[in-house]
Amino acid sequence: MADNPKITPPEQDPKVSTLSDLPDEIPNELPHQSGFLARHQMIERSPTLLLVFSFLVVTIGGIVEIAPLFYLENTIEEVEGVRPYSPLELAGRDIYIREGCYVCHSQMIRPMRDEVERYGHYSLAAESMYDHPFQWGSKRTGPDVARVGGRYSDAWHVDHLMDPQSVVPESIMPKYAFLASAEIDGEHIEDLLRTHRIVGVPYTDEMIEAARADFLAQADLDGDWDGVEERYPGAVFGNFDGQPELTEMDALIAYLQMLGTLVDFSTFTPDPSR
Amino acid sequence: MTEQANDIDQETGIETTGHEWDGIKELNNPLPRWWLWCFYLTIIWGVGYTIAYPAWPLVSRATGGLLGYSTRGEVVEQIDAFETQNASLTTALTEVDLAVLDENPELQRFAISGGASVFRSHCSQCHGSGAAGGIGYPNLLDDDWLWGGTRDEIAYTVRHGIRNEVDPDAHWSEMPAYGQIFEREEIDDVVQHVLALSGQAHEAAMAERGAVLFADQCSACHGEDGRGNRDLGAPNLTDAIWLYGGDPTSLTYTVTNSRFGVMPPWSTRLTEAEVKAVAAYVHQLGGGE
Repeated sequence: MADNPKITPPEQDPKVSTLSDLPDEIPNELPHQSGFLARHQMIERSPTLLLVFSFLVVTIGGIVEIAPLFYLENTIEEVEGVRPYSPLELAGRDIYIREGCYVCHSQMIRPMRDEVERYGHYSLAAESMYDHPFQWGSKRTGPDVARVGGRYSDAWHVDHLMDPQSVVPESIMPKYAFLASAEIDGEHIEDLLRTHRIVGVPYTDEMIEAARADFLAQADLDGDWDGVEERYPGAVFGNFDGQPELTEMDALIAYLQMLGTLVDFSTFTPDPSR
Repeated sequence: MTEQANDIDQETGIETTGHEWDGIKELNNPLPRWWLWCFYLTIIWGVGYTIAYPAWPLVSRATGGLLGYSTRGEVVEQIDAFETQNASLTTALTEVDLAVLDENPELQRFAISGGASVFRSHCSQCHGSGAAGGIGYPNLLDDDWLWGGTRDEIAYTVRHGIRNEVDPDAHWSEMPAYGQIFEREEIDDVVQHVLALSGQAHEAAMAERGAVLFADQCSACHGEDGRGNRDLGAPNLTDAIWLYGGDPTSLTYTVTNSRFGVMPPWSTRLTEAEVKAVAAYVHQLGGGE
């Protein structure tokens, strides 16, 4: 092979460039950093310093982003009508969380035309002020439920939870029929309210004292609805699941039927600049 | 730490970083100029962005930005823009007498296609995407109407709903649960009579006894001939259309426990034009009167 005349040795081939062809100074490069900026090497070469300064930067960033949310007026817009959840609604909310409803359903109507046209007025921060934790969600496999309250009849919710495909054949939601046979008695409901009070929900002593009674009354056709209504204006009443027993189905529907109904948007106009 | 002079790579004449792996040294080339300029540009862009758009938190609120942008403002603007575009048609639809909607074909087309959208997002969950209904949710394709099938009657039902606690003008009626009024045998007799009324197989003797009970208890709402009464939403029992099933088991359940179908009022969520549009849409599905 070496004596093949058709092969030119690389050093003699004009098409092959060598290092000697390169100019002395390579363009498209900046001079090396020196002086103050070169001291950055100190940080790069000391893990401890790097950690300290990284922490400092993240702390400043965190404070700038998070702290204003606690005092800026436009993030704590006060809205009339929002109240703590009634005991039965709160229990229903716990069932909602336990069953992972939030995995497929968001509770956050974003300020966009298509969402407002479909779901109703965009959600306000104040509407989830008593949510611990909030249920905004991050993904919609099913529709948003922030304003599902009053949109369907109680009977529809029962049909739909028992067998979603019976009313919406194209739905892929699983069945939650077992909720209708899981009886509840609100044994620990006072503790639940008290826990929420610890994290800032303004439940009064009177509310906590009446919690068990209110819990049982809201889904009881003979219950003291006036008392519950006085403590929790806008609560929805009725024997939600149509069964004589109080079940998890009742609690969940009581919760769903009040979602997004507390603010009266015919009288309240949010500040558009917020 | 003092700056230490690194080797100069002999091949290229470029300083090395001083790191060496098995005889391979890393050249300390500076960053390409185009990359650096892009980097500086993004920093300048970022500063400009925070001036143009809401960004910096101040004492009581964040800076508003020179462009005056807000997400809430934008959605209002977009909705207004569409409303302005359709304003003439929407106003005409709001004010139109639905009974004579067909005299204005352009408006009717607008109403029907707009109504189809309203139906798909608000009505299909109960009445089905094809409006064929289901058990407990009326089929809107046929000409059997519980509360009336003219455009105005449909619009009224949509606006106020049925048997809900929210709207005082909602259609309202309540069938008694005859389990608390009739004996078990009497319920069976009435069921046989209803089967006879609708032309199904039945026990003649029982149906005859049931007819007496029917005339006494049921005819006030369902009519002596069982053809129903739209003022009360009482269904026609002589046809083959059943909301909750026309077989003896379903009928026995219905007579014993009664039914209480609820429809929410939609005037709270839909505009008057949307209510009229969806009424026009439902009306032309097949059974409109």
